[in-house]
Amino acid sequence: MPGSESALTQRSAISFVAEQIALGEPRANSQPSERGPAGNSIGITFENVEKRFGSLVALRNISLEIRSGEFVALLGANGAGKTTLLRMAAQLMKPTTGSVALTGTGSKSEDARGFIGFVGHSTFLYDEMSAEENLHLFAQLYGLSDASARAAEALTACGLSSRAGSLVRTFSRGMRQRLAIARALLHEPRLLLLDEPAAGLDRQGLAWFGTTLERLRAEGCTIVMSTHARNESLDLATRAVSLAGGRIERDSSTEGNPTKMLAELRSAQGGEA
Amino acid sequence: MTTSRAAAILLAKELRLEFRTRELLTTTVIFALVVVVLFSFAFEPTAAESRRYGPGLLWIAFLFAGSLMLNPSFAREQSNETLDALRMAPIAPFAILLGKMLANFVFLAVAEAILVPVFAVLYNVSFSGVAGRLILVLGLGTLGLVITGTVFSAISAHARMRELLLPLLLLPILTPLLIASVEATASLLAEQPELDRTWVAFLAGFDIVFLTASWLMCDYLLEE
Repeated sequence: MPGSESALTQRSAISFVAEQIALGEPRANSQPSERGPAGNSIGITFENVEKRFGSLVALRNISLEIRSGEFVALLGANGAGKTTLLRMAAQLMKPTTGSVALTGTGSKSEDARGFIGFVGHSTFLYDEMSAEENLHLFAQLYGLSDASARAAEALTACGLSSRAGSLVRTFSRGMRQRLAIARALLHEPRLLLLDEPAAGLDRQGLAWFGTTLERLRAEGCTIVMSTHARNESLDLATRAVSLAGGRIERDSSTEGNPTKMLAELRSAQGGEA
Repeated sequence: MTTSRAAAILLAKELRLEFRTRELLTTTVIFALVVVVLFSFAFEPTAAESRRYGPGLLWIAFLFAGSLMLNPSFAREQSNETLDALRMAPIAPFAILLGKMLANFVFLAVAEAILVPVFAVLYNVSFSGVAGRLILVLGLGTLGLVITGTVFSAISAHARMRELLLPLLLLPILTPLLIASVEATASLLAEQPELDRTWVAFLAGFDIVFLTASWLMCDYLLEE
């Protein structure tokens, strides 16, 4: 169990969030498109979280604090609970018991969602719309000024500008994944949740993805990335948390030698892959 | 972002997708036309007969067309979990529902605009003197149909047997709306056509109640 749990159980998630906001996280209420460099990312607090799907218990008594600016690698075998944890952090799912709170956001859940970028197992893209139309749609929904320019920028960044007008259904798996990542980054999120993001990416795509993560980490974006396979992006992580059977098995931040444990967990992931 | 602005963006997206795939309109219009044409052979479409059976038949065609159209409304957001992407956007959840409702209203209105003239020809009825009042009745009835239909489409989208579940949930709720729509349409087709204000008020009330309920419950409706 992570050591941060004992501290967290002494105060409710609500008061913790209130305290964070009162302390004045930098630019806490800024618009998504206004994220600047380091220091204004957001954190997540899971407190005694349990999630059940009928008789299946996906997560058991999870207490975890992810501090702003951390890059957490969420490791574990298939079915360990990584996706469920990320979907809760993305506000897509509510815990059966316990609480999930974002720190450093406005009080309205609508505001909080504007700070989150999520790459999931699905692409979250419309197959019958072009790459440009998809990004333009989400740029509009995130209230970004000059949605067309932002969409074009994102397409150039992910190397798909030459296919901007092509329907997504004509894209390869790797191209879809690049576009899915570009969609998640479109509004410059302060909390980036990545669920197996490297799936389908070729060498070039992985290089772009790695560079992007490096830049985001340098800017202070909080990143939580789940993976069950070894990939180079794991080397950027500052903390590793492994899940097994819906419980936190190990957490590098609570062990005596975080660097050593992170290396062990990375190594274990490499063995599994 | 305001709810109306977000709903307008989503309406444009729905129209673009439908324009590209023509999934909903094609099947709906063809199905409704087949119903109207088949029934025209079932009885002698004199003016008197048409006045008696026509309104019911017309609304049965609209109901079937609506059921066909509403089922994929949310279901097609599931192929790439695009509904989750919309839920993550910083917009009011009601905007997602409202965008769908507006799109379904436009699609069903287009189907009705094709169907009503065909009905008038095949059943020997004239709507010339009551066109404005007919549009009012059709508009209110269609609005009730798409409000409830879109809500239940959202509810049934996650179900395994959603094709079966949607009509099962929808039809009992729609019965009062259909009775009011048929009665209001029948009064317009009478020898002395008049707008039955009681039924029109009922239709307006139905729309307001269900729109308000969907606004109040949209957080739960769109939840996983």
